[in-house]
Amino acid sequence: MTRVFVPGDSGARSVGADAVAQAISIEAGMRGVKVEIVRTGSRGLYWLEPLVEVETAAGRVAYGPVTPAEVPSLFDAHFLTGGAHDRSQGPVATMPCLVRQRRVTFARVGVVDPVSVRDYEAHGGLAGLRKAGTLAPEAIVDEVTRSGLRGRGGAAFPTGIKWKTVLGAPADRKYIVCNADEGDSGTFADRLLMEGDPLTLIEGMAIAGFAVGATQGFIYLRSEYPDAHRVLERALAAARDAGLLGADVLGSGRTFDIEVRLGAGAYICGEETALLESLEGKRGVVRAKPPLPAISGLFGKPTVVNNVLSLAAVPGILADGAAAYAGHGSGRSRGTLPVQLAGNVARGGLFEVPFGTTVRELLERFGGGTRSGRPVRAVQVGGPLGAYLPAQQFDTPLDYEAFIAIDAMVGHGGIVVFDDTVDLARMARYAMEFCAIESCGKCTPCRIGSVRGTEVMDRLITARDAGDLAAVEEQVALLKDLCDTMLGGSLCAMGGMTPYPVLSALRHFPEDFGLDAPVAAGRQG
Amino acid sequence: MRGERHGGPARGALPVVDRQPWSDAVDAALAAHRDTPGGLLPILHAIQATVGHVPPAAVPVIADALNLSRADVHGVVSFYHDFRDRPAGRHVIKVCRAEACQSVGAEALVAHACRQLGVALHGTAADGSITLDPVYCLGNCALAPAVQVDGTVHGRVTPAMFDALVQGLRGGTA
Repeated sequence: MTRVFVPGDSGARSVGADAVAQAISIEAGMRGVKVEIVRTGSRGLYWLEPLVEVETAAGRVAYGPVTPAEVPSLFDAHFLTGGAHDRSQGPVATMPCLVRQRRVTFARVGVVDPVSVRDYEAHGGLAGLRKAGTLAPEAIVDEVTRSGLRGRGGAAFPTGIKWKTVLGAPADRKYIVCNADEGDSGTFADRLLMEGDPLTLIEGMAIAGFAVGATQGFIYLRSEYPDAHRVLERALAAARDAGLLGADVLGSGRTFDIEVRLGAGAYICGEETALLESLEGKRGVVRAKPPLPAISGLFGKPTVVNNVLSLAAVPGILADGAAAYAGHGSGRSRGTLPVQLAGNVARGGLFEVPFGTTVRELLERFGGGTRSGRPVRAVQVGGPLGAYLPAQQFDTPLDYEAFIAIDAMVGHGGIVVFDDTVDLARMARYAMEFCAIESCGKCTPCRIGSVRGTEVMDRLITARDAGDLAAVEEQVALLKDLCDTMLGGSLCAMGGMTPYPVLSALRHFPEDFGLDAPVAAGRQG
Repeated sequence: MRGERHGGPARGALPVVDRQPWSDAVDAALAAHRDTPGGLLPILHAIQATVGHVPPAAVPVIADALNLSRADVHGVVSFYHDFRDRPAGRHVIKVCRAEACQSVGAEALVAHACRQLGVALHGTAADGSITLDPVYCLGNCALAPAVQVDGTVHGRVTPAMFDALVQGLRGGTA
């Protein structure tokens, strides 16, 4: 029986993958051909979705984007044996957009049945957890530290150091919390992994549990991801059945289990202390630090809070060794970065590349320009708290330190592309509005500053449209002053980094604010 | 009424006269999660999944069962965008307003949606069929603009596709 792979990923489903899978099943039935349809995750090549793959003697062959109406013609073209068709993308192993990547964390995504432990193991899964089961906690932490892995959620804190703190904190209970509240616009790597290879995350959390002596894990998942929720629950059930979770994980004698908790539509709960409050059943209000969650986290106990991608990188680090992981990357940014190209881009999707790849390389080699066909004018990197970059900064390598040096941040690796119709003053206004909508309200610079910031932007845009330069300059001065207060006085990154998109828009695109470039550069700020 | 009860509502102690259409759902949610550490969000999600919203009159019942103040529970219900204190339309459409979707016309799509349904964001169409909510990222940023209809995501949504979705909802169960 021929195996046909159709993504069950929510992105692929959003452009008709379910209908394509159904059409293949019906057409096969009518022709009396036996096929087994496997719903995988997505490879992340979203411009090709729905991307159908067929297992042939010569490996997998891809077809996409496929519509249900084209399915009969695929059968006519003998796609089940890799036959040529207008939608043919050739053998998966030679697709340039995959060959040019370095798939480490996402190696299995789009390949395996996400909830099959057998499939997972056949593709290299569980080797890391087995290794961890033979190691002392200190040795696991040491391996992760030496890999150079840094938190993929945005703050880039060394994962091994965080684990070491939790390991050294004496307590009767400790927790592993996975931050799956992927709220940044332009990012979907966590979702893609959870829908396509959730067992990697589960394995990573179990290893973290072994490393610090925690027996309970929580995945705090945003409610906007119902598909990921369904897949995670099925994967957890499969993991328990296979003995990956429970009282005696893989015969190691150690206990670990995981529960999924749903968020409820609050961006701020991606901030780790707000997330912990939410997990405790409270309003997602940010906590002052210290104490660090590693010392006093969930229910007051030492807690590892890691992003999905940080935890998902761990099984590979244990299986292949720290040196192999650290062998990728540049400077102090080790390993690979799953970059997400989004927005107005011709070929949007997820591309896992080593740190050090430049924005321009990503846009040109993978993105293929804008979807609208107009010139790229700006990109926003790192979500709604990330800076807007003009074309003259596109040669910046994606590396945490290189981005900090230009007052920007890599964040979770999302790059949103805008063409030349974008109004950066409007985007700056939106940044303030978003902060006002999503602020937890605990600290004044964020809660009030964002509302005042929206008002200032409204007056600035009115003045700009009226051509009133004096009024524009007055509002710009206010805006800079306000941003200074938010930057320096906010409790967390929400208020503290909302000025990044605002000030970067102002600095690089002063003409959108009704200013000439020299005027913006010359003023206080 | 509160003083007459000794057990929580999950033990079935609410007098018959106090029973509301949502009481069974609240009881079930409390029975399932009242002993769960940090169980308030799972409880609220369970109630909303069954009832469609979290009735304000259920707040004191939940508070009593969890040994919290009404203010605590109201504070949580009102903090999170997901929880509603009144019923939504028969279908909920969430239109993404985040940056990636804006880069390919989300604001125009939102304006179109509001016009077509005759509502502002957060509003429900006059026939009760559809509630239109904003959402800030559905994780479908490479296939923007994105819209979620009763939990299912649609990508590269044009105004014409939006109209077709609405027509489907209204022609179907609406």
